[in-house]
Amino acid sequence: MRNTFAEELYKHAVKNKKIYILVSDISPAGSMINFQKKYPNRFLNVGVSEQTMIGMCAGLSMEGMRPFAYTISTFALYRPFEMVRNDICYQNLPVTVVGMGAGTIYSTLGGTHLTQEDISIARSIPNMNIIAPCDPSELKEAINFCCTKSKFPIYLRIGKAGEKNFTKECKEKWTFGKIRKISSGKDVCFLTFGPIVKKAYDLKDNLKIQNISSEIYSCHTLKPFDYVGLKKIFKKFKLIVIIEDHSKIGGLNTIVKTCAYESQYMGKIVSYSLKDEFIHCYGSQEDLLGKHNINNKKIYRDIIKKIK
Amino acid sequence: MIKNINQLSKSKARCRKYRKKILEISQSVSALHIGGSFSSVEIIDCIYNRIKKNKDKFILSKGHAGILQYVVLNDLGIIKNKDLKNYQKKNGFLGVHPDYGTPGIMASTGSLGHGLAMAAGMALACKNKNRYFYILLSDGELQEGSVWESVLTISSLKLNNIIVVVDNNNLQTSSWTTDTHPTLYPIDKKFESFGWNAVKCNGHNSNDIFNKIKKKSPKKPLALIAKTIKGYPISFMKNVPEWHYRAPNKVEYFKAIKEIDNL
Repeated sequence: MRNTFAEELYKHAVKNKKIYILVSDISPAGSMINFQKKYPNRFLNVGVSEQTMIGMCAGLSMEGMRPFAYTISTFALYRPFEMVRNDICYQNLPVTVVGMGAGTIYSTLGGTHLTQEDISIARSIPNMNIIAPCDPSELKEAINFCCTKSKFPIYLRIGKAGEKNFTKECKEKWTFGKIRKISSGKDVCFLTFGPIVKKAYDLKDNLKIQNISSEIYSCHTLKPFDYVGLKKIFKKFKLIVIIEDHSKIGGLNTIVKTCAYESQYMGKIVSYSLKDEFIHCYGSQEDLLGKHNINNKKIYRDIIKKIK
Repeated sequence: MIKNINQLSKSKARCRKYRKKILEISQSVSALHIGGSFSSVEIIDCIYNRIKKNKDKFILSKGHAGILQYVVLNDLGIIKNKDLKNYQKKNGFLGVHPDYGTPGIMASTGSLGHGLAMAAGMALACKNKNRYFYILLSDGELQEGSVWESVLTISSLKLNNIIVVVDNNNLQTSSWTTDTHPTLYPIDKKFESFGWNAVKCNGHNSNDIFNKIKKKSPKKPLALIAKTIKGYPISFMKNVPEWHYRAPNKVEYFKAIKEIDNL
């Protein structure tokens, strides 16, 4: 995703001189090198100065520019939190804070480099909007939105590298603020966001062997959330499965269950979210997710049990 | 020379007016940051009335002196009388700390250590456009790490259209800066070692502030370390910590007004 981010942003930056990117000590990937070489005044590495990165983006925005702050998600959101809150959100400025390698992606680096509660934190800040594309294709749409349409703060939560494209041929278009059906089915509904969508596709294939058909939705805009779309899903499905690379507190799990309670949804909701515990283990991302019971074998067994 | 003397006496008259206005407002609120506002009067007056051009911007990073900025903006006709009267009131929009969107206010401040980075972003957007950005920091604010991140970044990016003034009254909410952080001094040398030009001035002398800023080199950002006295010039407020956030009672109010009239 970081290469797609770089490529797409560069394309927009060529056309729009108001686009700036401030990065915090992160090596420019792919097209970001072109951006840096061609527009050194609009690509700035402020070094290990995340608070300044965010504050400067606010200042650029107040002069009519369209800035992006880009670094590993924990350093984009947690380290400069008060600058994100006061400088960007309190002043309601169109700055995009890009959190790269979000969730448990940096699985070998330890808990200091994981963002298991970033959506929960970002969601609670007034004026903040959150986009978490599920694949490079959705990321392109999100960048286009951030570059050309957005008039408010955005936390853009992205993966890192090697994400497969699932939605390129998708019938339903990407629209900011709308839940997107990315695969059709009738028995079980998967709600998810971000690169962990892969799990839903793998499960869909496995469930198909048992003649269980699955529908998959990308809840790419976590704030504002598409409650109208969600209520339609409540009407259609009796079993909803949430899969998220995020804490059970304040993310998709909370959003969906709160809405289900308010709309008196009578079906079953099963969620696979990270536990409310710091992660002290290492290995692959799969290993980390597995420790928190987010593994496809378990999800598969649970679904079969609930359906039969 | 005569011009300078004229300017100085005009500035003194304005500063008397500003302080008296703040004292007047103090009688309608439970408390306000009078000490730190009084230490900044000559600095803000000089920037707004003698230096700043329309296209330039001023950011009050020490946002707790917001009442002073409102009074100056009111004097310039940017904030209306009726709005100033509603300061801290239910139906007003002027709170203790400046809010972006208020006429004349360029950034929301109040939490220390934010103004300089925002100014750096503005200065970056306007690099080589002959626009200047003035930022007033408190000396206590220099304890914020974010300030030094920005100081380092500004000189590295050669954002030479930035002028910082440090209100060096040496007194914080409840303690002397020299007591809690004796190694904060010398402040000017710290800025210099971060690639800035740094000069000291008498922060209660408009001509000294004016001349030091006017002599700014175009090759580096400037930090002006303005030596001031918290609560200046009121005898019972000067260097007394409790006047950081307090409104004078009636007796104190009249005494303070009298002292200003006799200046």
